[in-house]
Amino acid sequence: MSLYSQKVMEHFRNPRNMGEIPDADGVGTVGNPLCGDMMTVYIKVKGDVIEDVKFKTFGCGAAIATSSMITELAKGKAIQEALRLTRKDVVEGLGGLPPIKLHCSVLAVDGLSEAVYEYYKRRNLPIPKELEERHERTRREFEHIERRYEEFLRLEKELMGTPEQDG
Amino acid sequence: MRRVYMDYQAARPVDDRVLKSMEPYATGFFGNPSSLHMLGQEAREAVEDSRLKVARLIGAAKPQEIIFTSGGTESNNLALKGVAARSLEKGNQIVTTAIEHISMINISKYLEKQGFQVSRIPVDHHGTVDVEKLRGAINEKTILVSVMYANGEIGTLEPIREIGEVCEEKGVPLHVDAVAAAGQVPIDVLKENIDLLSLSSNDMYGPKGVGALYVAEGVRLMPLLQGGGQERGLRSGSENVPGIVGMGKAAELAQAEMADEAERLTRLRDRLIKGVLETVPSSFLNGHPVLRLPNNANLRFSYVEGESLLLSLDMEGIAASSGSACTSKTLEPSHVLTAIGLLHEQAHGSLLFSLGKGNTEDDVEYVLEVLPGIVRRLRTISPLTPRELLA
Repeated sequence: MSLYSQKVMEHFRNPRNMGEIPDADGVGTVGNPLCGDMMTVYIKVKGDVIEDVKFKTFGCGAAIATSSMITELAKGKAIQEALRLTRKDVVEGLGGLPPIKLHCSVLAVDGLSEAVYEYYKRRNLPIPKELEERHERTRREFEHIERRYEEFLRLEKELMGTPEQDG
Repeated sequence: MRRVYMDYQAARPVDDRVLKSMEPYATGFFGNPSSLHMLGQEAREAVEDSRLKVARLIGAAKPQEIIFTSGGTESNNLALKGVAARSLEKGNQIVTTAIEHISMINISKYLEKQGFQVSRIPVDHHGTVDVEKLRGAINEKTILVSVMYANGEIGTLEPIREIGEVCEEKGVPLHVDAVAAAGQVPIDVLKENIDLLSLSSNDMYGPKGVGALYVAEGVRLMPLLQGGGQERGLRSGSENVPGIVGMGKAAELAQAEMADEAERLTRLRDRLIKGVLETVPSSFLNGHPVLRLPNNANLRFSYVEGESLLLSLDMEGIAASSGSACTSKTLEPSHVLTAIGLLHEQAHGSLLFSLGKGNTEDDVEYVLEVLPGIVRRLRTISPLTPRELLA
């Protein structure tokens, strides 16, 4: 498909840092209710450096590629530096995104900052004002997704429980 | 790389025999059917011959009840707006369904803005229209009932005969959008009490840019276009003769070959559906299990998203389509999938394989070979996938 750049397709084919970190220092989950995509980011911090980062994403090709890209950009960076990563960095790193997919880059950036926020919380570290604001905004969006997801799992169970599995 | 096209619902190739039938009318017999000279009259004859063939395909009594248009969208516009404009004294209510093609959805929304009232009858989880609710929605102000013959996205065939009986009993004209169904399943406008029926040529392996509207004798319509009064005044503009000839040939071939092809496609479709449901856990069929178009396999996969499925299939040479918002111009999931009760997350994980003439058993086997691995990979990436499923 020529919808996406070669770089996007390459990240979609071979996502970097895909998976979970069982003993992560910070975990952030974000979702965009409009597009129905969802991302979880795990970080491992040493000193003030993001030593390791992994992700899991439910979403379109762009959502998977932007997730992969943000982890690649964040890995090995100091936390302060990683928080300065913008959607523009993600989009440029991927050689551009179609206009309707630009929101996926927001998801990726939010996912990372949520993981950092959670790390600060766990360690009882003072949270910068800007990060707090970003957290408030993404949390409102996530609550919406979470409600829908619970509904989704319930319906899923209902369907699995009946012999006629035709949806 | 092996290439498998299973997106016949989106576009079909023109049948070689159709293309051959059209060619003389693009070059040698280029006359205008309205001209009195021989070249014009030869074109006229070809147009009338096509009209007859299209009429036969749907069991119309008189060929003049077929009006050629530029395609399904125009036919739907002519039917709805045409009836609405001619029924102002009678009433202002239109009864339709929640799962019509996007053209019908947008035409009825347009009419709502013009002051018409539109009742959209819900469907059950198979996508079957509730006939009793439809009956209940008809009142003395109802000017038209419009229900699709089959839904192109989830494949469900609607109970048109029953709906036709209700309309007959209530004395309300029935419009049927048969774009997805024509050429695949037999249609009989007389037995089914259909007053208006939309058709598209490309959906029967005819050329794009041609369609037809069946208008039963006695149904009054306001034309959309003012002009030279072609097509009984209902569709002005010089006839697209090569296109019309192609549509006629396509209709003739569809009628002759429908039974065998439907049987063949049904076998392929069922093999595909069964194979997927057996090999991919948490996969489901969307639409009616039995009463469905012979070529339609719409499948849903939990925990993954349709566009990434499509991209992955495309990387393996397989062309399919999706009810996913992420492939369309908006971010909203398909209105059809939400109407059958799927949540957005579920609608997003749906894939439509629409089969056609070019598909073979080998194609189906290839999809069955590739698809489970694709779903598994995307589920590994997805945070929604339960651990048990990956073990």
